[in-house]
Amino acid sequence: MLETASAAPAVAIQGVTLNYFTPERETLALSNINLAVQRGEFVAIVGSSGCGKSTLLSLVSGLLKPSRGSIAIDGNEVTAPSPRVGYMFQKDTLLDWRTIIDNVLIGAELLKLDKRAARARALDLLTRYGLSEFVNALPSQLSGGMRQRVALARTLCCEPDLLLLDEPFSALDYQTRLALSDEIAAILRDENKTIILVTHDIGEAISMADRVIVMSRRPGRIKCEHRIAFPSFGETRPTPFEARKCSEFAGYFQTIWDELDLHETH
Amino acid sequence: MGKNAVTAQLPHDTTGKPGVTMPVPRSEAYTAYLQSLRRRAFSIQLWQIGLVVATLVLWEVAPRAGWINPMLTSYPSAVARTFMAMLEDGSLLTHTWTTFSETIVGFVGGMVLGTLCAVALWWSPYLYRILDPFIVVVNAVPKIALVPIFFIWLGDVASIYAMAIAISVFVTILMLYTGFQAIDPDKIKLVRLFGASRFKVLTKIVLPGSVPTMISALKVNIGLALVGVIVGEFQAAKAGLGYLINYGSQIFQMNLVMTAIVVLAAISSVLFLGIQALEATVLRRHGGNKAGR
Repeated sequence: MLETASAAPAVAIQGVTLNYFTPERETLALSNINLAVQRGEFVAIVGSSGCGKSTLLSLVSGLLKPSRGSIAIDGNEVTAPSPRVGYMFQKDTLLDWRTIIDNVLIGAELLKLDKRAARARALDLLTRYGLSEFVNALPSQLSGGMRQRVALARTLCCEPDLLLLDEPFSALDYQTRLALSDEIAAILRDENKTIILVTHDIGEAISMADRVIVMSRRPGRIKCEHRIAFPSFGETRPTPFEARKCSEFAGYFQTIWDELDLHETH
Repeated sequence: MGKNAVTAQLPHDTTGKPGVTMPVPRSEAYTAYLQSLRRRAFSIQLWQIGLVVATLVLWEVAPRAGWINPMLTSYPSAVARTFMAMLEDGSLLTHTWTTFSETIVGFVGGMVLGTLCAVALWWSPYLYRILDPFIVVVNAVPKIALVPIFFIWLGDVASIYAMAIAISVFVTILMLYTGFQAIDPDKIKLVRLFGASRFKVLTKIVLPGSVPTMISALKVNIGLALVGVIVGEFQAAKAGLGYLINYGSQIFQMNLVMTAIVVLAAISSVLFLGIQALEATVLRRHGGNKAGR
């Protein structure tokens, strides 16, 4: 019984279609999306802006309901947000009026988790991310990269099994972005979570994920997918920074770039 | 290089340990710059004091020299005498306290009522759509036009409070509602992902995120509440600074009118400074930036 449960896909998206209505028009945002993400897998979804990739994350998180089709996490249909699912935004969305530790604890507070245990976890996470001296600081005293690490601690403090990352690095400058994606990739691999990353940055997707899904323009459809492997690096998985230097990287990049047809509309 | 690193860290040094940082030697040009800053600040203060003194002197001299009719303006020296006399017999304190307490009650009432209405409108967008045109129209009506009606409906005491509330409540509703709408939707999404109810969204995100907006509303309202109280007192009161101004002008006692106006200016300065002090404390605790949403 346990055997079959752990073999089941962590996330199963089946025939998901989403229409949304405004007084001006009806928009088909996503069309017949089918995707299975294995437990412990790191999947990246790339697509041009407005292709509905962030909408797909909102559907998986349970904030939106599909017009047709179904989404299940470990066989249970998603109907509302669940504490098992963690979400990271493009902006850090830290609350300026709360100290760092209180920001990290907001999830535990709202989910009414055990306060003592949550606090211990929060302090442990902050210490591991090199933020122990900022526990009682306010977000305005931290740099962009530090703030995004606090946001990661806030997400992980509630111990989710599935992480949804909605372009979590795109608001950062280039250097911080490379350093932080290395750091976060290492943390997430250690924690052995299932991860869905949405991004428009092809390099970020290839360097971090096990599998890259390419989405078409609106209405969003899955156009193709690529399993990412770096045999030239050897048996172990390279860090994102090392992956960018591997010989396979440029090939994946060119293929996905062509598939996105970014320069088609002018 | 080492010196550069220290200077670069100075703005981030929030630990407040000035003794720990290395003394950076000042260049001559920097000393001159600091001196010019001090000189400028001093000359500005000098101008300000000079303006006050010049106004007082002109006010004293012009009626005495026969340039203007003293019946119309009185003199600073006469106002000061009236002020001292009224202070001694205690009447000034009574009138001042009446106006002050009415203003505070009206101000707090307007804020509380306005906040409750803004929350209701935020809670129900449907209600907002229904009421929106009415709020805009009622806000545009000069509330002072209602003074006689309030007097007839509510009598001499309650009409003053009603006036202070009426004049400040609609601005509060509009300011706060706009502030609520400006809250980052991702922050609301964040707490909803943690299963927050609409009430929790309100108490954890919308209200604390709107503290800077509330402070702005306080600043606007303290002045408006004072206007409401004075106008209300013109119509109805048997005490208060508005009553003194009205009474003084009817019996052509400019000393009385001017005294009341000076005290009024003092009250509004005190209230405004109070709000400013509150703003400084709250916003520091609130993350140190005004864009706290």
